[in-house]
Amino acid sequence: MLLLLTLLVPLVFALLLCAVPSGKTGLHKTLATVGSVVAFGVSLALWFSFDKTNPGFQFTTNWMWIPSLDIGFRLGIDGMSLLMVVLTTFIFPIAIIASYDSIRDRQKMYYIMILLLQFGLLGVFVSLDTFLFYIFWEVVLIPMYFLIGIWGGKDRIYAAMKFFLYTMAGSLLMLVAIIYLGQYGQNGGFTGDMQKLMTIAPTIPMDAQQWLFLAFALSFCIKVPLFPLHTWLSDAHTQAPTAGSVILAGVMLKMGTYGLIRFNLQLFPQASLHYADLIAVLSVIGIIYGALVAMVQTDIKKLVAYSSVAHMGFVTLGIFSMTAEGVQGAVLQMVNHGLSTGMLFLLIGVIYERRHTREMSEFGGLAKSMPVYATFFFIAVLASVGLPGLNGFVGEYLTLIGAYLSDHLGSKLYAVVAASGVILAAVYLLILFQKMFFGPLAKSENSTLKDLTGREIGMFVPIVILCLWIGFQPNTFLSVSETSSRAVVGVIEGLKGENRYADVAAARLNPNAPPKPVPVQGMENMKIAPPGTPLPPSPVPMPSSTKEPIRVKVPAGGGQVQLPPPKR
Amino acid sequence: MTQTDFLAGLPIEIISAFALIVMLTDALVERSTRLCETLSIVGLLGGLATSVYLHLTMPGQTAFGGMIVVGGMSTLYDAIFCGAGIMTVLLAREYLTRVGGMYDEFYTLLMMSIAGMMLMGHSADSMPMFVGLEVMSICFYVMAGLMRNKLSSNEAALKYFLLGAFASGFLLYGIALVYGSVGSTAYSAIAAKAVSTQFPTLFWVGIGMMIIGLGFKVAAFPFHQWAPDVYHGAPTVVTGFMSTAGKAAAFSGFVGFIAPTMASAAPGLEKAKVILALLAVGSMLVGNITAIAQSNVKRMLAYSSVAHAGYLMIGLAAGNAAGWTGITYYLVAYLFMQIGAFAVVGILERENGGNLTLDDYRGLARRRPGLALVMSLFMFSLTGIPPFAGFFGKYYLFSAAIQADLTWLAIVGVVSSVISVWFYLGLVVTMYFREPLGEWEGGDAGISTRTALALSIIGTLVIGLIPQVIINIAAR
Repeated sequence: MLLLLTLLVPLVFALLLCAVPSGKTGLHKTLATVGSVVAFGVSLALWFSFDKTNPGFQFTTNWMWIPSLDIGFRLGIDGMSLLMVVLTTFIFPIAIIASYDSIRDRQKMYYIMILLLQFGLLGVFVSLDTFLFYIFWEVVLIPMYFLIGIWGGKDRIYAAMKFFLYTMAGSLLMLVAIIYLGQYGQNGGFTGDMQKLMTIAPTIPMDAQQWLFLAFALSFCIKVPLFPLHTWLSDAHTQAPTAGSVILAGVMLKMGTYGLIRFNLQLFPQASLHYADLIAVLSVIGIIYGALVAMVQTDIKKLVAYSSVAHMGFVTLGIFSMTAEGVQGAVLQMVNHGLSTGMLFLLIGVIYERRHTREMSEFGGLAKSMPVYATFFFIAVLASVGLPGLNGFVGEYLTLIGAYLSDHLGSKLYAVVAASGVILAAVYLLILFQKMFFGPLAKSENSTLKDLTGREIGMFVPIVILCLWIGFQPNTFLSVSETSSRAVVGVIEGLKGENRYADVAAARLNPNAPPKPVPVQGMENMKIAPPGTPLPPSPVPMPSSTKEPIRVKVPAGGGQVQLPPPKR
Repeated sequence: MTQTDFLAGLPIEIISAFALIVMLTDALVERSTRLCETLSIVGLLGGLATSVYLHLTMPGQTAFGGMIVVGGMSTLYDAIFCGAGIMTVLLAREYLTRVGGMYDEFYTLLMMSIAGMMLMGHSADSMPMFVGLEVMSICFYVMAGLMRNKLSSNEAALKYFLLGAFASGFLLYGIALVYGSVGSTAYSAIAAKAVSTQFPTLFWVGIGMMIIGLGFKVAAFPFHQWAPDVYHGAPTVVTGFMSTAGKAAAFSGFVGFIAPTMASAAPGLEKAKVILALLAVGSMLVGNITAIAQSNVKRMLAYSSVAHAGYLMIGLAAGNAAGWTGITYYLVAYLFMQIGAFAVVGILERENGGNLTLDDYRGLARRRPGLALVMSLFMFSLTGIPPFAGFFGKYYLFSAAIQADLTWLAIVGVVSSVISVWFYLGLVVTMYFREPLGEWEGGDAGISTRTALALSIIGTLVIGLIPQVIINIAAR
């Protein structure tokens, strides 16, 4: 019920807003803010009542919607989705508060769109039905399209159309894949039930699995965006209003990476192994290419947009390392990127409201006129660069470790080349900071700029706190997603005959079996072994009576996956 | 004619009777428009009610020597025709009065065409199907030319008549050839003979000509050339009616004659499937790509209706149960969203084709926020974005194709849906993102127009959110 409440709060407030007459702008702001804060509150309750040791999905609902097609209103979260849900509910109040001054036109519609966007995004992260997932995936499109198209910059129409066409092209292919996948359901009929599909999907013939993998991956990689599918991003980011960019970078890009883990890794483990190198190569290209392109930008917002391409490359690299470290790092990096890049976009919005330009050459010496602003900007830059002690470091480190140690990727070079991307990030972000804040106050407009107001400081402080928190105590967050990451990795390792996480994976595939508590520790559990050495002792006590590893047996002719009975 | 025959034909009889009553009222009563309007709605509701009653009391029974079936799918078709009729009647008076085409004969023609459509939906034999098609088409020819002092309307009527008569010829000749090889015009007999056909060439030539004739009526590529001019020239309410109910009727005939044959798994059927699939591909791509280039909203919707015929033909090509369900569902969804879209166009339209270009829609969101919102809803639904009705329609059709091992066809459908984003959303862009040009008037709607609009909005949303309603009936 709690989950359903989190999902419905934004929708209810959006409907309430519809009833308010359009003249009462103050009430619109209040209602939207209250709505998003209430959603955040409910999601915190979700956070504290979440059982970290349970590898299955929690807070599930299972209501039939279209019985003849086995499509249901199925919701549920694991650790990874919980992190995404809380990230969403955390970012939205800040994005709404950031819009108070910058949005003056058609305010009622604006706040309705923002709340609908939140509804759609939350829906994506909590659906456990492929069909429902697709619906939420598309629901997200419409409000974002209006946000860019109505309240955007000069080339907003071009950007909005490009955004819509790119995403729609990908998502419709995903629809074909969803239908195709669903046809393998029980008795030859369609099913949208993710939990059923998790056992059915690995039994699909390999060539079909590969096509399905590609269709899903294309849709998700457009959203991420993975090189070379990223060209919509810089247009959408530069033209979107500040709140739009924050949400786009902070949450929407994560829909793609979330989908890659939830669908591609979990449903098509064999195909994932097959295509891991392809995605890893593209990720690494994205990391380097994004950084290089960011380096030559003169528009601040474009620079940060391209840095997103680079940063999301780490996430996809971590995911397709398919190690517990890599996936954990990717999940954490999804949160990190949401926080630090979201904050950078907010900061750019602040200066844009004051100066109405985003050209780097228009600034210089701002540290003198806006010292508080400069401080926050510096924190955001450092978080984005990945300075130890701030959030970015932990995530990037884990993804690189994962990529380096992965048995599933063909080369250690991915990690090595990707690591150089960290240096490049430092180069372009520090140059940006230097050009904007140091040097003489050359332009007279810059010397009279007002420093941050109380409201603006109020937006940034929670983000900074979280950045520091993740930097110093990442276990608070890592432990939430640990079980679910292991369950995902466990299936893939099972294919290769390794058994570190086999029982977590098995427990997830068998939701009806009584949940087996899994000891959850934090990072100290992630033993890093150099290649070639024997496997570290499993964190899960293994029976000594049998030497035989637990394997997921996939019958050649299709049919049910046969799982060995859980061993104690 | 036995009692069963009389009962089975009751919905059609009621509507025909009311058509005659309306005609007499028009002749005998002065200023009869409102009376005719009321009588038409009463007649349509009566026809619908009897059809539902028959569905409950004698489902699946045949009458007139097996030429007509009662209940089941045909009831759903009746609901589509009567629903489209009621919405059109609600929209007609205000619009036709404004653009100068208000003749009370309109109601008679509308009712007559619906009687023809219902005959098509009920038929289990090619002969009543052809008769129904002709009744419907002849009414359409006149309705397209309703604004008789407008050149474009006359052009539409003449073009439609000449080409339509030609297509009817094809259909009839096809029926004759099939009869020649099979010895019967009944659908079931055709299907039975298709399995053990002794005159393959003659038989398949006949089937091919029937596909051409019906393909013309549904405006499928390459028989779609008439559609843009006719849809553009005809009064907007008539266009809305023709493109939904007319298409639905033609598809009811199509499905009726092709479904038993498809189920028979006859040799040579694969070829027919490929031909239907190619027609679908052509319609989707040509319709959508040409629609991009249109600057007139009515023409744009006309070309897009060619594309929608293409989506529907995916269901024919799939030729399985999911396909027939999908077609029926899509027809219902299309009814609401297309009539709704044309209702908005009609509300905005002024005399002599005013307010019909895309430029006239610039900044509509500022002038008429309500209308712009409603139009966007229909556009999103026509594009196939969830949770609106259009999405589920496409979903069922694509899944039918995938079930029939025609995944490539589903992918072409998807690609053409992406193409359609360009112009459907282009209209939303025009309404919301662009600034208005110059002075502008219009956009007022009376109570009956509002009712019709509300019906289409509710329909688009409700069957989008609860698709099970239609599926349960259609899957019988």
